[in-house]
Amino acid sequence: MIISFAQQLIDGLAALMLLVSFALLAQHRMLSVLHWFAAQGVLLSITAAVVAYSSGHDELYASAAMAFLLKGMLLPWLLWRVIRQLHVHREVEPLMNNAVTMMLALAITLFAFHVIHPIENISELMTRNTMSIATACVLLAMLMMMTRKKAITQVVGFLAVENSLFFAAIGATNGMPLIVEIGIAFDVLIAALIFGVFFFEIRNTFDSLEVDAMQASLVDKDDES
Amino acid sequence: MPLSLQLALAACGVSLLAACSPLILRGHTMQRIALSLLLAMAGLLAMSAGFSGLISGGGSITLPFGLPWLPLHAELDALGAFFMLVIGSLLFPVAVYSHGYFRNEQRITPLLVFMPLFALGMMGVVLAGDALAFMLFWELMSVSSYFLVTHEHQHLENRKAGFIYLLMAHMAGLLILGSFATLYAAAGSFEFAVMREASIEPFWASAAFLLAAFGFGTKAGVIPLHGWLPDAHPVAPSNVSALMSGIMLKVAVFGFIRVVWDLMGPGDFQWWWCALILAAGSSSAVGGVLLALQQHDLKRLLAYHSVENIGIILIGIGLAMLLAHFGHPMLAALGLIAGLYHTINHAIFKGLLFMGAGAVLHSTGTRDMESMGGLIHRMPVTAVFFLVAAISISALPPFNGFVSEWLTFQTALMAPQMGGALLMAIVPFSAAMLALAGALAAACFVKVFGVVFLGHARSKMAAQAQEVDGWMQAGMAIPAIFCLLLGVLPVLFIPLIDAVPQMLLHVSLADSVHAHGWLWLTPVSASQASYSSPLALTGMIIIGGLVFWWLHPKGRVIRRSRMWSCGNPHVNARMQYNATGFSQPLRRIFWGVLQPDEHVHVERRFHKLLTTKVRYTVHVGDLAVKHLYQPIGRLTLSIARWLNTQHQYGIHTNLTWTFVTVILLLALFA
Amino acid sequence: MSVMASISVQLFQAVLLVLIAPLAAGFVSTCKARLQNRRGAGVLQPWRDLRKLFAKEVVMAEHASWIFRFAPYIVFTATMMAASVVPALMVDTPLSLTADVIALVALLALARFFLALAGMDIGTAFGGMGASREMTFSALAEPAMLMSIFVLSLGAHSTNLTTMINHTLNTPVMMQPSIAFALAAMVMIAMAENGRIPIDNPNTHLELTMIHEAMLLEYSGRHLALMEWASQIKLILFATLLVDLFVPWGIAAHADPGGVVLACVFWLFKLAVLFVLLALAETGMAKLRLFEVPEYLSAAFVLAFLGLITHYMLEVAV
Repeated sequence: MIISFAQQLIDGLAALMLLVSFALLAQHRMLSVLHWFAAQGVLLSITAAVVAYSSGHDELYASAAMAFLLKGMLLPWLLWRVIRQLHVHREVEPLMNNAVTMMLALAITLFAFHVIHPIENISELMTRNTMSIATACVLLAMLMMMTRKKAITQVVGFLAVENSLFFAAIGATNGMPLIVEIGIAFDVLIAALIFGVFFFEIRNTFDSLEVDAMQASLVDKDDES
Repeated sequence: MPLSLQLALAACGVSLLAACSPLILRGHTMQRIALSLLLAMAGLLAMSAGFSGLISGGGSITLPFGLPWLPLHAELDALGAFFMLVIGSLLFPVAVYSHGYFRNEQRITPLLVFMPLFALGMMGVVLAGDALAFMLFWELMSVSSYFLVTHEHQHLENRKAGFIYLLMAHMAGLLILGSFATLYAAAGSFEFAVMREASIEPFWASAAFLLAAFGFGTKAGVIPLHGWLPDAHPVAPSNVSALMSGIMLKVAVFGFIRVVWDLMGPGDFQWWWCALILAAGSSSAVGGVLLALQQHDLKRLLAYHSVENIGIILIGIGLAMLLAHFGHPMLAALGLIAGLYHTINHAIFKGLLFMGAGAVLHSTGTRDMESMGGLIHRMPVTAVFFLVAAISISALPPFNGFVSEWLTFQTALMAPQMGGALLMAIVPFSAAMLALAGALAAACFVKVFGVVFLGHARSKMAAQAQEVDGWMQAGMAIPAIFCLLLGVLPVLFIPLIDAVPQMLLHVSLADSVHAHGWLWLTPVSASQASYSSPLALTGMIIIGGLVFWWLHPKGRVIRRSRMWSCGNPHVNARMQYNATGFSQPLRRIFWGVLQPDEHVHVERRFHKLLTTKVRYTVHVGDLAVKHLYQPIGRLTLSIARWLNTQHQYGIHTNLTWTFVTVILLLALFA
Repeated sequence: MSVMASISVQLFQAVLLVLIAPLAAGFVSTCKARLQNRRGAGVLQPWRDLRKLFAKEVVMAEHASWIFRFAPYIVFTATMMAASVVPALMVDTPLSLTADVIALVALLALARFFLALAGMDIGTAFGGMGASREMTFSALAEPAMLMSIFVLSLGAHSTNLTTMINHTLNTPVMMQPSIAFALAAMVMIAMAENGRIPIDNPNTHLELTMIHEAMLLEYSGRHLALMEWASQIKLILFATLLVDLFVPWGIAAHADPGGVVLACVFWLFKLAVLFVLLALAETGMAKLRLFEVPEYLSAAFVLAFLGLITHYMLEVAV
């Protein structure tokens, strides 16, 4: 069974993508979460470039460049600045035991495979294998949003969902039309900027970036009024 | 009537005779001799029945007694013969052991009645040829073992354990009865021969499977149905615990295989049955060993290990069911053999462990590991046998536990991709759980052997312990030899078990196992996996011998000195790692699963830094008891209380209830 | 003739493995010393240590039982038996059928069992502590180990090392994410099993977090030498296992002298690379806190399981 080199490369990248999603879940420190998030962005851009090269869709090169600049560099840097300037406590505070989260994540990955695998067989594209991995990554990123206390980790989770969707798009249809992609990219950028501004505002209002603390504070206010 | 069946019936007859012997024999010594002699005979007869049944086949007869319109049937097929062998191979050494163990027992008569009856019940279940006989002997087994559990009924704890045991045994009996009733509805007869031929609808097959799985699972102690087991095993006399843990749980496994594999058959399997059994097996294996690690009562710890090993057996059987369902009979046969091999292995080494625990209990008077230690110096022979059993149960070569676990791993590794993603993952996952359970068992037995036999004595009793007598030593020596033989010569033993998959799956593994001669165990082919226990053992003896010989020139004596104490002159026995300390890391790692109840009490005087006393207490309860049994108990109680208040409302309320019931019944059936 | 030849290769290989083991340990510590700007004691130092220990008298605690006395022999023997099964120079050696990978792991587990018992025998707090930790962490490592073996055996449909090596040699080289995951998991497990940083520090002899050394504290003389030697053999065994399973190229197929010598050169080269990497990793990493070890091991398990999943997702589905 000989598989073309590009195919092997894409499969390898997909596996790395899955690995990064797990690594994001497993991290203890905010800074390493950002590193892995940046790695995810870089991986995305490499995947886009490989698919662009092997399938001849030239506009994917643009996507690749954009992914690299935006997701690999700009967004992690923005988040890093937020962390530094707000002096957010540098530990990621999970709601669940890490080992339990990991086992849950494995189960989710299996579930994704179980659901997507029958669909994959319909597709003829070289990249079809990556579909179930992309789905698993989306679910894992959502799991990350669910199981973390800090608002910043939730934002990273949100951005990771977007990354995984982008990955799914490359895998399923060789990428979205460039114009849509640019639109989404700017949306994400704006969203991140807004998040950043919000963090500052939230901090001023609640003195904390933990979601639970915000809720508690709101309840207090309701009681007072 | 074939020889094997004659031998089996003779074994039953001898047991019955033993149960009747106190009618004639009065003296303590006479009774003791009769018990051990007759039970040993029964054991030997059962063993030979098993061997001849496996080699030359069995048969069936209609017994001359029973109900007039429902005669009882006895039959001995390959499956029954294998379990007769299991029963016999532990009953015999336990009988020998009992002769020594009962030397100081005051009230021997009840034991003399109920131990043979217990054995008779187990053999009867295995020999039963119809559902009626099965249930009769099943209940005989349960009830007589209840009296054995409550033998020392002067302690409240023992009576409580006995009650829970009886309750759960009867619940299990009820479920099994339901399973047989379902099969009867399909077949129209209680005879197994008819049930086998009858076809059953998938829905009713599933119902029968679930009833059988929960019924036999309760008796076998599968998590979360194991609630009775850790209480009942420790309080029974140790030789009875050996029988209960060694064989009675296996009889439940037998019942499961009989109903699900034999009476229904692989054609009726559905994939979720297999997944259920695999999940139950994995959770029992890991859960059992995790709970065992947290015990410091020696016999309770061993009881939890029974839960673990039943889980391992079920993993083998569950894999076999899965493979049979997806049409790989050869691999299914391998899984079945792995499960059965572990069945006999566990019977032997767990029997040995309980006998060893009994010897320790006999000499020190306590089951609490925290007050033992250093017994290897006082009881060297017991220590050797206990070590053999500990290595076996930890699944380490060259003893028998390793062979069966290795076979289970091979089954899991060779299983091709089957079904969807769930099944794809559950096979390797259960193999991984098996690996975890095996390694944790090793940790647990390092703890047991280290705390009980090694180090310094932690109490006066332990320091003055005496080695047990020759009978008890002989009783332990026999299974220890079996452990080694089954571990070193699996290739000779597997063709014997092979009769069972031949009967259930109509395929034989004997050829491929034998393919490379008796030295190499090759389950499917040598290029896939092989293990040569004799070679490994010989190699180790040669290497070890050479190294020892090379390093031991004459005249170099070992100098004995005080142990190194980091310069602290006041080292005492209480500073050793004890059982609680040994398992602390695991308690912390599996905090969520075990939910231990820990308290640290620090006494300070004068200043908060001047600590005078630190007291640490920990209690690890059983989560199943806490979250399943107790809520059910509370629910029952509150319903009873509610009914109670209803009863006290007077005649009008009672009449109203009666009236409502009559109306409802009329509405329902009219 | 060919049987004799393969038997002699088998013997040569086993002896070579056992003799090189101390050199390998010396090589790793010398590399580490150089990386840390020290001169180091030289590659031969473990050999010199062993020679010295063999010549010394044995001092044993008063109440040590026969377990303590014979444990070194059992540990050494079981490890050496395992080492002679692993094909280092040639596939299909006479002993290679004796044990497959699982039996190999079990032989090492036997050694560990007696090592831990010996730790408990004296009744010092250190011995019990070491035994408790060693057994706990090895138990947690076991499922990950098995899972990565599982992933590797999926391709070869076998757990026999010879068949697995042949399978790897005969399939075209391509990127297999599942194998990469299995490799990562196996490396993590190998570090843990051999008590290297980040799990345990092999150079420490007295600190509260030590594991392996805590069990050996009471040993002296030839007994200590055997224990040390066994752990050195274990290190080289795991390295050979990694080489066999992931980069077997160069191993001899038949017992002809030229091929075996070439295989020997290849093997030594691969080991050297692996040990340099080990030294680099050990220099670059800090030891983990004790209760972060379970997380490390569960990460290994997750990696191996991911290998399994990606095998089905990416490699079978095609």
